[in-house]
Amino acid sequence: MTANDPNTRQNPHDLPPTGESAAKGPAAAGKKIAWVREPELGMAGRSYLMLFLQGLRTTLRHLLSRKTTVQSPEQRHVVPDPLIYRGVHRLNRDAQGRVKCVACFLCATACPAHCIDIVPAESPWPDRQKYPQSFTIDELRCIFCGMCEEACPVQAIELTSLYDLSGKSREEMVFDKAKLLSVFDQTKDAEPMTKGTGTFFGLPVSNEGTPGPAEK
Amino acid sequence: MAVIAELPDNVAVTKLDELVSWCRKNSLWPMPFATACCGIELMSTGASRHDIARFGAEVFRFSPRQCDLMIVAGRVVMKMMPVLQRIWQQMPEPKWCMAMGACASSGGVFDTYSVVQGIDRFVPVDMYVPGCPPRPEQLIQAIIDLQAKIQREGTLWGREFDAPSRQQPKRALQES
Repeated sequence: MTANDPNTRQNPHDLPPTGESAAKGPAAAGKKIAWVREPELGMAGRSYLMLFLQGLRTTLRHLLSRKTTVQSPEQRHVVPDPLIYRGVHRLNRDAQGRVKCVACFLCATACPAHCIDIVPAESPWPDRQKYPQSFTIDELRCIFCGMCEEACPVQAIELTSLYDLSGKSREEMVFDKAKLLSVFDQTKDAEPMTKGTGTFFGLPVSNEGTPGPAEK
Repeated sequence: MAVIAELPDNVAVTKLDELVSWCRKNSLWPMPFATACCGIELMSTGASRHDIARFGAEVFRFSPRQCDLMIVAGRVVMKMMPVLQRIWQQMPEPKWCMAMGACASSGGVFDTYSVVQGIDRFVPVDMYVPGCPPRPEQLIQAIIDLQAKIQREGTLWGREFDAPSRQQPKRALQES
């Protein structure tokens, strides 16, 4: 049983100022201890009346101040910039109404939660080699970081400003290609596609078409 | 019908079943099982801006015997699972569970051996709220959906002993 045993150690304030444990303590290493005595409370202090009134004043101030509560389902949250908000995903369509995705797997690779599942197939269209036969996003596993949007070379996947998503089962929260395209149809007017200019494996990329020269 | 026609206007007639459901859905007492950052958003939902008291669910109780809605906010590791199950079993029937955030719903980014890949592997979950963390509006929307679900449910039988025919059919897509 030493003085530093946590089971037997006493409160250092209860110990006498001199002694074995006080000399070993870090607070009393060669310093004088100044004992501070609390001021005596008067009648007003002991009745707590002033503190009570102070608390009531705070209550009254909040009662009369501007209300901060948002009436949430009716009063919608205004997204400051819908183009950079990271809400529910969508799969963009090109000018012909086809899915823009080229099944390059860059979003699935960039996804830290591995919530994107793409099954590629040979494209029926001449302007690209592959297209996604199925494209599913597990919205429950997604952490809405937006890295898929950043990784996409053809601006096919984007995050919209739809934020109040909730579901009753895990199955209904796995969004497939048709659902993601329908999210695009819902939000394409409010949130136009980002104008994408860049290169994809050395091929020029424009917003209207798909990567590469349309005809050779 | 003839009886209803004779009643004066200030008398409301309802089934006891629906009346009890109405009382239950408007007085949800949440048990905040907040293990991670979603718990901060849960506190924000309870605070004055997104006032969860508007839906009668402001009475956060930390004793499970007094709660009927468990909001699991945050990741749950395997070591925490017995605690969660015990709390869930201590809650009296009828009770509902809400998985808030990606981690509680599906494990989220934590696809490791130690993290439970969705608490619905162990306890029945009524509402899933995606997001990392979800917005308070999302949680409020989930509470509204849960209230609609409670109103539809009967009160005479415990929900956990439902026949499979009474459960919700599985849907691939969520109706918007």
